Amino acid sequence: MSEAVKKAGLQKAMEVLSEETRKQIDHWVAKFPEDRKRSALIQALMAAQDQHDGWLDREHIEAVAAYLDLPPVWAHEVATFYTMFHLEPVGRNKVNICTNISCWLNGAENLVEYVEKKLGTRLGDTTEDGRITLVREEECLAACCGAPMMVVNGHYHENLDNAKVDEILDGLK
Amino acid sequence: MSAEMNTPVPADMVEIEVDGVKMQAPKGSMIIEATDKAGIDIPRFCYHKKLSIAANCRMCLVDVEKAPKPLPACATPVTDGMKVYTESRRAIDAQHGVMEFLLINHPLDCPICDQGGECELQDLAMGYGRSVSRFTERKRVVKDKNLGPLVQSDMTRCIHCTRCVRFLEEISGTCEMGGAGRGDRVEIGTVVQNSIDSELSGNIIDLCPVGALTNKPFRFRARAWEMSARPSVASHDGVGSLLYHHTLRGHALRSVPRDNEAANETWLSDRDRYSVHGLYAEDRVLKPRLKENGEWREAGWDEAIAAAADALKAHAESLGVLMSPSAASEEYFLAARLARSLGSNNIDHRLREADFRDDAARAADPVFGMSIAGMETADSVLLVGSNIRHEAPILGHRLRKAWKSGAAISTLNPIEWAFKFDLHENVIVAPQQLVSQLAGIAAALVADGKGEAPEHIANVVKAAGVEDAHRNIAASLVSGERSLVLLGQAGMSHPDAALLRALAGFIAQASGSALNLLPHGANSVGAWRAGAVPHRTAGGNAVQGEGLNTAAMLAESLDAYLLWGVEPDYDFDNPAQAVAALKGAKTVVAVSDFASGELNELADVILPLAPIAESEGSFVNLDGSAATFAPAGKTGGEARPGWKILRRLGAALELEGFNQVSLAELNEEMTAACAVGEVQTQAQRLEAQLNGAKLCRVGEVPLYSPDALCRRSTPLQGTVQAESFFVGLSPADAKDLGLAEGDQARVRQSSSGDAAAEFPVRVSEQVPQGAIWLRSATCGTRTLGTALGAIEVEKA
Repeated sequence: MSEAVKKAGLQKAMEVLSEETRKQIDHWVAKFPEDRKRSALIQALMAAQDQHDGWLDREHIEAVAAYLDLPPVWAHEVATFYTMFHLEPVGRNKVNICTNISCWLNGAENLVEYVEKKLGTRLGDTTEDGRITLVREEECLAACCGAPMMVVNGHYHENLDNAKVDEILDGLK
Repeated sequence: MSAEMNTPVPADMVEIEVDGVKMQAPKGSMIIEATDKAGIDIPRFCYHKKLSIAANCRMCLVDVEKAPKPLPACATPVTDGMKVYTESRRAIDAQHGVMEFLLINHPLDCPICDQGGECELQDLAMGYGRSVSRFTERKRVVKDKNLGPLVQSDMTRCIHCTRCVRFLEEISGTCEMGGAGRGDRVEIGTVVQNSIDSELSGNIIDLCPVGALTNKPFRFRARAWEMSARPSVASHDGVGSLLYHHTLRGHALRSVPRDNEAANETWLSDRDRYSVHGLYAEDRVLKPRLKENGEWREAGWDEAIAAAADALKAHAESLGVLMSPSAASEEYFLAARLARSLGSNNIDHRLREADFRDDAARAADPVFGMSIAGMETADSVLLVGSNIRHEAPILGHRLRKAWKSGAAISTLNPIEWAFKFDLHENVIVAPQQLVSQLAGIAAALVADGKGEAPEHIANVVKAAGVEDAHRNIAASLVSGERSLVLLGQAGMSHPDAALLRALAGFIAQASGSALNLLPHGANSVGAWRAGAVPHRTAGGNAVQGEGLNTAAMLAESLDAYLLWGVEPDYDFDNPAQAVAALKGAKTVVAVSDFASGELNELADVILPLAPIAESEGSFVNLDGSAATFAPAGKTGGEARPGWKILRRLGAALELEGFNQVSLAELNEEMTAACAVGEVQTQAQRLEAQLNGAKLCRVGEVPLYSPDALCRRSTPLQGTVQAESFFVGLSPADAKDLGLAEGDQARVRQSSSGDAAAEFPVRVSEQVPQGAIWLRSATCGTRTLGTALGAIEVEKA
């Protein structure tokens, strides 16, 4: 890429990414050697996702790449690899119910069914009012000791049953 | 046995045993490198000797003694005393298992797959696959994207070896493909944009071990086993890449690389790969033609040769011979002999050059000071007036390799062209300042006590202001142990090219660097050696009564011209002047493989020249090594190889030295005559000519327009690289001229008389103030003037 083209890309990235997001990215970039900006990619995409209502579109993915001076395809690879990056619009709250082995043995399947019925939506979809997205097929979240469990907006809730789920989900705005 | 035991193992080597055979391998190398060297076959898909190791296909699993499980041969380093079994039960079982997994999602569409018959997966499935699949589930399907006109994708067939991804990242540096998704849902694709635009993109076709990436224009034309591979040489730059034309019933259907570590390695640029698809264009000249009363009629060879000979003879005292810089050496040799036997020294191949003041000072054998292969070991490089990726894509790749191993590469360019390496110093100035900037670097060397500027350029160096960038570049060249100054095609076409050459020569000498001059065309070195220049005969011997160079021949309006493989409105530095001169001539004889509108208009006789793919002869590349080519395809119509046409012309003119019976005989005679001995060179005082102009055009030749064949290759012309219908302005100049992106601008050059042309405006920071980016050799600029020269721009 010529310097001029690169400069134009960076300029666009500065417009797309908010100051707060860029500050967060800078914070992560500083943790790695100077020529290893690629290492900060996951956290940088996370910051961009937070800025952009919980999901990433092409514009934001490429802005992150331009900001980190990386080929855009590298950012796309990472964004499509990890399930915690959402590539389509999501609701205001993300609910991930673990369905991996320990939670499954402890009734996660019934829990998913209950929540789907309760919210009137399916795994992977968002409620019509845009309040909750039921994240699809979340794998082991490393809290088997408290199975079944779920993560709501990054917070762990363990030893779940229908009543507890009701209480947590009803409290979401 | 005892002999083997006694062989001492060098310190940097280890001894291993593969299938009971002892062998030595360098420490740290992988098992597969040792077995490949020893000719032991290990199946593989993702491993490629020129790419990084991915170890993701697992096909090369082998059995290693004491290892708990089979290990990938491509990613397991050798250790002393290691015992490897490539055909043990465990190795074979592992390979069978991997093959079964690889075939799970691979469609069984070999009969309709272009790769069928030359497919690594197909071959290995024969050896390692089951005859019946145990897989009864659904196969996945991947939706295809259009990757542009060169590469056809069929990603359902992809086995995720990532060779294409690694090639585009590591070799071409464009990072245009990647793997989206994860696990069994990974899809290899372009992800970001749609087309793959790298100038080396075609290589991913060769790398792809399955039919996921195939040659788009060749698609469904023939089966691998029906064709024969005919060795040939690429004819669009001076690298001399070797290739094969694959032919079916005499038609060249596609081109693939032929290994040549000294030039193209295992690669081939897209230009060299896809130009063959222009071979059978509609305006190929297939029969000799004569113009009578303004009307063309076809003629037999005898009649046409007689007419051409008569025309040349009648105007022998005012004859100019203008030859393509990509003609065969034999053609230059005989054409020079023909012209000189007729008493004319007016012969030149430097059609895109504009400054001939230093003819007497130029090297008679202008080979690279640093070899093509050596360029990748350079540690400090200065590029002057060079868009090297487009001028010679393989050289761009070599420099990228140099940069990857730590070379500091600086540029002094009239446009900020995109490179695939980072730049140490990046000086972008309009062509008017190119000389003074280069002189600044020379002056920095003088100030540093590295030498005194030679007399003939002393004034220019003295007048130059030295800036920090100049000092940095000079210091970088001086500190480099293998440093290089390369003057590219934009420099060679500059109206002050003589000065640029002299300055670059001085800088190279004072800083202890090699000097590489990169001219236009595939066989410029051959032309110099064979005497296709006005001031020297074959072997670099001075002539009696120097002839006219290209510019002078066109300025003088001679009576007769012989055009050799030239399109007058595309192939000259100043097409307007060329067309005017040819219009004013009494007779024009064209020997050409293609004839478009303007040539038909201007010529009186057209003799059909066989294009390189159907011809025979030799090229000399920029390293000075000659490569011969023989007809790959059946010669179209009545076209003939150039040397045979010249031989007949010579005979018809009753000249001596045109009675060779074979190419071998001619080649022997030529090689002896062209050996360049000690040549006296003489420098004359030079002053910059181009400084008054407010705006100066930068008329680079687009990547896919250097010659008639490329310009006729539909796939190449469909790429984004071929897009040249625009005029590029710097933001400052655009503001001054009241022009904005997308406006129409009218351009006019004094060097083309009154001709004006209109183009949409592109405002770009790649363009320095004072420069106007308007490519040459394009349909829109064929009526305009000199490629690098004064230009006026106004709002249309």
